[in-house]
Amino acid sequence: MNVAIVGAGPAGLYLAILLRKLDRGVDVRVLERNAPDATFGFGVVFSEETLGALRDADPETHLEITDTFARWDRIDIHYQGRELSSRGHSFSAIARKRLLEILQQRCRELSVALEFGVEVADLPGADLVVGADGANSLVRRFCDFGTKVQAEGSKYVWFGTDHVFDAFTFAFRETEHGLFNAHAYPYDERMSTFIVECPETVCRAAGLDEMEEQESLAFCEQLFANELRGRELFSNRSLWLDFPKITNQTWHDGNVVLLGDAVHTAHFSIGSGTKLAMEDSIALAAALARRRWDLNAAFVDYELERAPYVERTQQAASESAAYFGRIASYSHLEPIQFAFNLLTRSGRITHATLGVRDPQFTRALDSWLGGRPVSPPPAFSPFELRGVRFENRFELVESSVAVTPDGRTSAEEISRPEGKLLLRLMHAGRRGATQPRRLGVDLPLPDGWPVVAPTKRPYGPFGAIPGKPDEAAVLDAFVAAASEARAEVLEIDMAHGYLLGSYLSRLTNDEDDRLRFPLRVLEAVRAAWAGPLAVRLSVTDWHPRGNSVEDGIAIARAMREAGADLIHVEAGQTVHDDRPEYRRGFLTALSDRVRNEASVPTIVGGYLTTLDEANTIVGAGRADLVLLDLPETQVERPLKASAQLLGELRA
Amino acid sequence: MNIGVGLPTTVPGATGELLLDWARRADAGLFSSVAVLDRVVYDSYEPFAVLAGAAAATSRVRLATMIAIGPLRSTALLAKQAASVHGLSGGRLTLGLAVGARTEDFEAAGVEHKGRGKRLGEQLAYIRGDVDGDRVGPSRDGIEILVGGLSGPAYARMARYADGYAHNGGPPRAFANAAGRALAAWNDLGRPGKPKLWGQGYFAFGDADQGDAYLRDYYAFTGPFAEKIAAGNLTSARAVKDYVRGYEEAGCDELVLFPTVADAEELERLQEALA
Repeated sequence: MNVAIVGAGPAGLYLAILLRKLDRGVDVRVLERNAPDATFGFGVVFSEETLGALRDADPETHLEITDTFARWDRIDIHYQGRELSSRGHSFSAIARKRLLEILQQRCRELSVALEFGVEVADLPGADLVVGADGANSLVRRFCDFGTKVQAEGSKYVWFGTDHVFDAFTFAFRETEHGLFNAHAYPYDERMSTFIVECPETVCRAAGLDEMEEQESLAFCEQLFANELRGRELFSNRSLWLDFPKITNQTWHDGNVVLLGDAVHTAHFSIGSGTKLAMEDSIALAAALARRRWDLNAAFVDYELERAPYVERTQQAASESAAYFGRIASYSHLEPIQFAFNLLTRSGRITHATLGVRDPQFTRALDSWLGGRPVSPPPAFSPFELRGVRFENRFELVESSVAVTPDGRTSAEEISRPEGKLLLRLMHAGRRGATQPRRLGVDLPLPDGWPVVAPTKRPYGPFGAIPGKPDEAAVLDAFVAAASEARAEVLEIDMAHGYLLGSYLSRLTNDEDDRLRFPLRVLEAVRAAWAGPLAVRLSVTDWHPRGNSVEDGIAIARAMREAGADLIHVEAGQTVHDDRPEYRRGFLTALSDRVRNEASVPTIVGGYLTTLDEANTIVGAGRADLVLLDLPETQVERPLKASAQLLGELRA
Repeated sequence: MNIGVGLPTTVPGATGELLLDWARRADAGLFSSVAVLDRVVYDSYEPFAVLAGAAAATSRVRLATMIAIGPLRSTALLAKQAASVHGLSGGRLTLGLAVGARTEDFEAAGVEHKGRGKRLGEQLAYIRGDVDGDRVGPSRDGIEILVGGLSGPAYARMARYADGYAHNGGPPRAFANAAGRALAAWNDLGRPGKPKLWGQGYFAFGDADQGDAYLRDYYAFTGPFAEKIAAGNLTSARAVKDYVRGYEEAGCDELVLFPTVADAEELERLQEALA
């Protein structure tokens, strides 16, 4: 058996070591196009978990790696002149150059053939070929892996500095061009990595895209002079780049297999690239051992083991990348909430897990939200709106009521549940006259009442052709219902393709001023109802020709300006054939954007099943009120008699 | 969690006699359902014809398509076939439907591949709904409907029209992930209660290599994924038990185990492993 590994980065070298340890009869060559001492980038980060895996796989290199490690357990956040710290995060980092030296040395001890300055023009001849040649892999071009490369996040540039940070530091700096942020961490006793990041628009406004390397370095040095404490930045081909997110449909083709960045990248802002790469090497070597060099079987095992983990990490990395792309919208948050939002950005840290690592931090957040030195977690903090005081953030119970008999979805009775009531005024529009939901949704009644909508297009299969709505009558009915409503919060349903929602989308309304009628209804209801008023909105249609999230945010802003106190964030169902993206908490990121970009309080659901999710969402300022599906609330609540209003409306 | 067993309708060497004998043994055994796959361009049996036969050979187990490719069939005929099996079996049909994965099946059936998602939506609305004024009988009342698929629209169709979700197999964590999405969709469409969650897996006890070879051949159309599916074949009692436990923990309501070797002995070995 002979093995050719293309690329002498951490993944390639580490695999070479493990394969020689596994079987001394195997010839291993590593082909690298650069010189042995050429290295790009500065430090790399590891977690405790990865270190454990490295110790088990090769104790010799583990010892040397950990000898030169920089270790710290703090994250510092420099924001609006304040410095906040969170403890208990246990990171370690090493100079990439030092890491490569250790691995090269170990390769030599194990008689791995290291060939530097070799450019591969074709697949090398070997029984097993490994593509460990990074994000711009050449090996990928010789086979068919179904590679996809997509830019994600903001523009970024990678520097080193001789200021030794004593914590992982996130720094934010407002400029006339927009907001910049830096990610900095130490990697040995002399040096730190210093990455500067900003949205593309900011990058261009500052002229960074046209600057020489030294000029942009000087710009960054000056911008973050405070963090650098007067120390210098160092460049190493430090250009402003887009981060490429790489995925492959399959990780192997014939006798060729991919490792590390060649097969998957994870945005630098979660610092997992090298860790993932070296874990790949361990998994591949273990699979080859288990399958006794049956390449195909080993490749399948390797990919099956790694792919789910990599997918989760990439998902978290994408969330983190997107977060840094929109940080400017969080400038209004209090520093403690800003910091908590930052720490929980990728979904991997929650209020509960942070509370274990750093109880002092979560206590500070809780007491800021609760307004007392000792306060319960965020979901239990009080909230006040137009004289209505909520004792917690999840006591709201929804109930829908049709403003007219023909505005009902089905003829089944609606009852008023217990709790602080959010009474939703709705008109089903073209989604009306259907069977009760326990049988299915949008199943037309055989002898249903006529339905109405702005266009004549039916909602779904076998749906009735809508007639023209009598807008004056609908408006009057909403106002009448509002003036008689008894609830803590009144909500107007403009989501999910119901009557008012169908006005808002170009998929379902051909007129140019699509907000015209919904805004009239909102203004009239606002005049008739003095309490908290919410608007339920599909902030994206999940359809290529429908409203985008940006459109939805603009609509939310217009609703706020017309008197809405809250936006109840929903998505989709504007049309029957949308392309929803379902998962646990699928509305949270949308609510975050609406709340922070349209500057309006939000209510969010989206299949949230734990109090920890509510604590994290409220604590991070992603929503103000949360609709939970707690297991105990899934048990039928005792139902009170229907609101009087409903009795009058029943046909 | 209930456990069902697949009939080897797509496994090489399965005779009609074996299929009916298999159904009979499953009905006498501990399984709660027998299930079939659907494929046109392959040496395999038609799912509704087999379930009609199984209806006669059994008295207790549910009869499930896991899944049938709805859009290959015209809507009224699909409804009629399903209702007929339901009627023949005394109301034991679980109708799992999805869009299918192979263009060649659509070509062979003379049906357009494009627009299959939309057509499946119409079929579900037709079968579940009340749109034909009872002109196409027998009655479809009480047919349990599942929808399969991993796309957003598939989850939405499931939550809109069906009683539950049919997963396509794989490790328990893949099932758990899909189940979470199914529950989120159900919640989003405002359905009361919870969807029924059906999972599946493959097994071979005797000649595991033969079972693996069948899976590689059956799934050759997926390219490199065929190997991954074959690698998931459960080839020992221990593997079956771990799989069952994993699915139970992930919230599965009914796990259907499909044979990859057409030998009645396989069914007995599976019962022993589960006992």
